Amino acid sequence: MTQALFFQYLFAGISYGVIYAIVAIGFNIIYNTTGIINFAQGEFVMLGGMISISLLHYFPLPVAIALAVVITMLVGALIEIIFIRWLDSPSVLRMIIITIGLSILIREVALHIWGESIRSLPYFIGNELTTVSIGPVRISPQVFWVVGVCGIMVLGLSLFFKMTSVGREMRACSANRTAAILCGINTRNMVTLSFMLSAGIGALAGCVMSPITYTQYDCGTSLAIKGFTVAILGGLGNSMGAVAAGILLGIIEAYSVAFVPLAFQDAISITILLIILFVRPHGIFGSSAAARLKEF
Amino acid sequence: MRDSKLFKIALLIGLVIGVQALTSVTGTQYYLTQLTMSAYYALLVIGLAVVMGYAGQISLGHAGFFAIGGYLSAALTTHNLVGLQANPVIHGLGNLGMLVSGQDIYGEPLLVVAPWAACIIAVSMAAMIALAIGIPVLKLKGHYLAMATLGFGIIIYRIGLATEYFGEADGISEVPGFTLFPAIGSLGPISVSGDFGLRVENYYVAWGLLVMGLWLLLNLIDSRVGRALRAIHGSEEAAEAVGINTAGFKLKVFVLSAVYAAFAGVFLTHYNGGIGPSEASVMKSVRYVALVAVGGMANVWGTLVMGVGLSFLSLRGVFGTYDDAVFGAILIVVMLFAPDGILSMNVRALFGGRRTTDEHR
Repeated sequence: MTQALFFQYLFAGISYGVIYAIVAIGFNIIYNTTGIINFAQGEFVMLGGMISISLLHYFPLPVAIALAVVITMLVGALIEIIFIRWLDSPSVLRMIIITIGLSILIREVALHIWGESIRSLPYFIGNELTTVSIGPVRISPQVFWVVGVCGIMVLGLSLFFKMTSVGREMRACSANRTAAILCGINTRNMVTLSFMLSAGIGALAGCVMSPITYTQYDCGTSLAIKGFTVAILGGLGNSMGAVAAGILLGIIEAYSVAFVPLAFQDAISITILLIILFVRPHGIFGSSAAARLKEF
Repeated sequence: MRDSKLFKIALLIGLVIGVQALTSVTGTQYYLTQLTMSAYYALLVIGLAVVMGYAGQISLGHAGFFAIGGYLSAALTTHNLVGLQANPVIHGLGNLGMLVSGQDIYGEPLLVVAPWAACIIAVSMAAMIALAIGIPVLKLKGHYLAMATLGFGIIIYRIGLATEYFGEADGISEVPGFTLFPAIGSLGPISVSGDFGLRVENYYVAWGLLVMGLWLLLNLIDSRVGRALRAIHGSEEAAEAVGINTAGFKLKVFVLSAVYAAFAGVFLTHYNGGIGPSEASVMKSVRYVALVAVGGMANVWGTLVMGVGLSFLSLRGVFGTYDDAVFGAILIVVMLFAPDGILSMNVRALFGGRRTTDEHR
């Protein structure tokens, strides 16, 4: 492997990795407020991409993306209000099955709206041939968009959870629900908000990645699995761990292309998932004691 | 209790014969094809019902076990081994009488594994994989268990899709029939294949297998094992405290359900004459979970009824392009409004709510 190729793979891996990290953070936000793993998380990413592509016919790119994010957030809120809000302490098995059912329904609705064709947003700057040279390495500017937008999202989220009162209320809700209710926090609204938030970041990630990875109605499942792998790898509920684990998984996947057939690329992340579940279910960055504390 | 079980099984057998008689009288024998396939899917689903309902373990990877059974038996009975005759393993198999030689349609010599031997190899392979996967996986709970089994299913799907031996995206076709009994006197051979002339006997083979599987499971549930499983579902810690080997029981039931799935895979593949990667897809696994959920989790009879009924409707194409969406909607609606299954809801309404859901556990 030449040095240039080495860096080429590295940057490809990082750009995929930050997407996985965003999906993982989406899992974490909902998990932290509800204890639920939302199996429909990958579908939010798909919806963001698809809606923005459709809106592009009527609006300029930034407006289309912003609207797509807002619409996906509304979808997230609706899902929570219709299917989850009124359930009284449902069992984990029940929630798993409901969110799996939701992911299938969203995917099927998308199939009937957009069909099976593979779509994508245009590149934000230039086209697929535009590259930025760093030494011998040529990188598409879209990679910087992906990394930049995802980085800003992670930063924004951590500021949101630390600085704003709504963010603090959500953290209180995850730390101790009963105590949060006693303090006058409307925990049900916080759960709705967490669904909106994770739908929103998923949708935005879906928009910025669309030019590179393309969007299809069924691209959510593999994203959800990889996002879950990353969430576990980084320690469930730990967003900085998710970023590190996401980049790690992205890089491993990128280099694996050189050694195993492309068809097995998904199998690699799943194998990592299985190994981590069997060996260190609290993640490589988390201690087993800290795993019990659900602080974001 | 025992009598009612026998009575129900007798009723089922009567119903099976009745349906066949009805189709031959009304000339609607084409329904038998889908009923046969539904029976094989139901065989898988009742096995899964015991894992989910009694042992309380979700598995989102049972299409994987179905595919292991189907793919292995298809590949073994289809791929020509003439070029490998010198290989000691192949030679040994030949000495054991596990190979069949013949001629392909071009008159070239053909040497394949006999279907019965392929069936044994495929099912034991599925059992071994279930054992190997089950030991670490069943230690997990909740979301982790769901994701781990889902991951297992996807790996099997990917292997089928990317391996030349398993036909990649095309799958394996032209799988020969599986002769269960050779011809005796004037009676023709009983063979599992898609031959239209054998439609009636295939229907009975499928339902015979399903009734046998059902009988075994019902006995299992009423035995010490069944009580142990219910205890595990109620509270694993309490079960452990009274001396039940929880891990062992969960593993045994998991392996048993994998064997059911593999048998279903082997027979359905011979019946269809082929298998494709879609049989291993995540959507299939989710569909099996949906059938168990709508049947009422810990309710083998309910699962049987819903499994056959919904599979039949789906195979008839009643749901059209909304096939997957219907199963997704079923999952959500059942879990939101009737976590104990559709049938338990009806029973309670009919008897004025006298029966509690606990009786179904």
